[in-house]
Amino acid sequence: MASVVVFCEAAENGIRAASLPALTAGARLAEQTKGSVVAVVVGSGIGAAAQDAAKYASKVIAYDDPKLASKAPLAETVAPLLVDAVKRAGASALLGTATSSGKDVLPRAAALLGAGMVSDIVAVTGANRFRRPAYAGNAIEEVEVGGAVLVASVRQTEFPHPAPASTPGAVENAPAGNVDALGAEVVALHATQSARPDLGEAKVVVSGGRGMKAGENFKILEQLTDLLGGALGASRAACDAGMVPNDLQVGQTGKVVAPDLYIAVAISGAIQHLAGMKGSKVIVAINKDPEAPIFQVADYGLVTTWETAIPALIAEVKKLKSTG
Amino acid sequence: MKILVTCKRVPNPEQKLKIAGGKIDLSGASWQINTFDEYAVETALRLTEKGKGGERSGEVVVVSIGPKDVSQQLRGVLAMGADRGILVGSEDAALDADAVAHILRAVVEREKPDLVVLGKQTVDGDSNQVGQILAGLLGWPQATFLASCVLAADGKSATVTREVDAGVEEKRVRLPAVVTVDLRIIGKKAVRNLALAGADAEWDETQRYASLKGIMAAKKKEIKELALAELGVSPAAVMKVLSYDAPAARKAGVKVGSVEELVQKLHNEAKVI
Repeated sequence: MASVVVFCEAAENGIRAASLPALTAGARLAEQTKGSVVAVVVGSGIGAAAQDAAKYASKVIAYDDPKLASKAPLAETVAPLLVDAVKRAGASALLGTATSSGKDVLPRAAALLGAGMVSDIVAVTGANRFRRPAYAGNAIEEVEVGGAVLVASVRQTEFPHPAPASTPGAVENAPAGNVDALGAEVVALHATQSARPDLGEAKVVVSGGRGMKAGENFKILEQLTDLLGGALGASRAACDAGMVPNDLQVGQTGKVVAPDLYIAVAISGAIQHLAGMKGSKVIVAINKDPEAPIFQVADYGLVTTWETAIPALIAEVKKLKSTG
Repeated sequence: MKILVTCKRVPNPEQKLKIAGGKIDLSGASWQINTFDEYAVETALRLTEKGKGGERSGEVVVVSIGPKDVSQQLRGVLAMGADRGILVGSEDAALDADAVAHILRAVVEREKPDLVVLGKQTVDGDSNQVGQILAGLLGWPQATFLASCVLAADGKSATVTREVDAGVEEKRVRLPAVVTVDLRIIGKKAVRNLALAGADAEWDETQRYASLKGIMAAKKKEIKELALAELGVSPAAVMKVLSYDAPAARKAGVKVGSVEELVQKLHNEAKVI
């Protein structure tokens, strides 16, 4: 009858959409443990996030304290509160989405709990059993986590958003107690200004690779991306070469995406890139090299240079949109 | 400044993985240091030198956990310039991230470094946990997924940037601390120790390779072999892998002859635009 605590990241007007898949995973695990889902939100002025989380949980534990004010969440202060929430709820598990914040804070919370942790789960197969990819997605592990409490991070693309309950759960405000950042502080957050959807949430992703040659050439990919209402991505090679920021990186060591449509432009298709996108519904590859490994996973392949293909593709999509 | 760097050997990620009967067969694998760990070594070396190839100050100790033949890879890291190595004897398969972090905590308590630098994840396990667990066990601050790292001139804090979902976060941590590095860390000006190198210091945009001189010097450097019992730890994996499966393969698609054909197929057949 043990409950499952789900870490919901607070945003301005609610919880981050990225946290919703973790609530679904939490509900699936709670079926196995015959318990219920308890959401936890941490920060300063996070009332809206607590109310939002209550739509998807039988109970919300909120740590809302000005001492927790920070330009971005600090693992040093958040992790002990996740531990406190697990204890308050008498939970047997702590889950959260494998976002940059989840990856940062959940293992630290596991250390404080003395719990084992499994990263990036793609399925719940028992009360303490999960499936997860390893070796750049070339192996799927079935794992079992021992101990009284376990921690798991959830792969965002593998669990749907939950439906809100007709009656929201109760919000319990818990004291944050002595907040100690251990001498750590967020000095600044330089937020990326983008009107595009989040990479992890986008229905369409257009990614460029090393073959784009220079950062300025990504402008034409941005045109295509915006025309399709998608998000822009890149291969590790393109990020490595400094053409685009690393937060666009799709792959084993970057973001994992699974949109309805993934368009890989001038990307050869290294194993580490495929690990981040091969769950996409439809994959299009545009590459001048007919032997490029990306064609082995592509539903539709076009052998040509991006210089030829992308302007033509933009024109064709515009034509299609204008005729409806 | 004393820096402890961790290195794990991993099977060459370019080699095809052999999975049969729920197990992975690594008997034919060629081994190499995890790339992010090489970046961690590069970071530590830059933090202890006065610009590229400049005079060094401080100590870089590299630790690995694994069977005896890992000393081969450790020797390679010493040839890059690290000062000495520690090899904690263990079988690879017996450990999870939690066990590794417990072993590393014992090494930290023995070595008392000012900074621990790890790669953000290993490319075999893909767990991305050890640095954060270690920081939690030690009660030290942490800074993960570093794109840059600047040590204050007084050696008491580090100011770093991290590429996070929202953009770029600038964080300051008091030392001692645990940091994990991402790929941007090998940028030309990404790493600096203000006590040693000025703001204009620049390095090559890659991890360094062993020079012949480095290889010769590495032969004389110490690799201390430690048994788990000597460290006073008997870690047991909490997370056990029950079986491995190959992922479902994607069906091979078709090549289209033109952009027009592609758009028609995406519209009429796949119905995604």
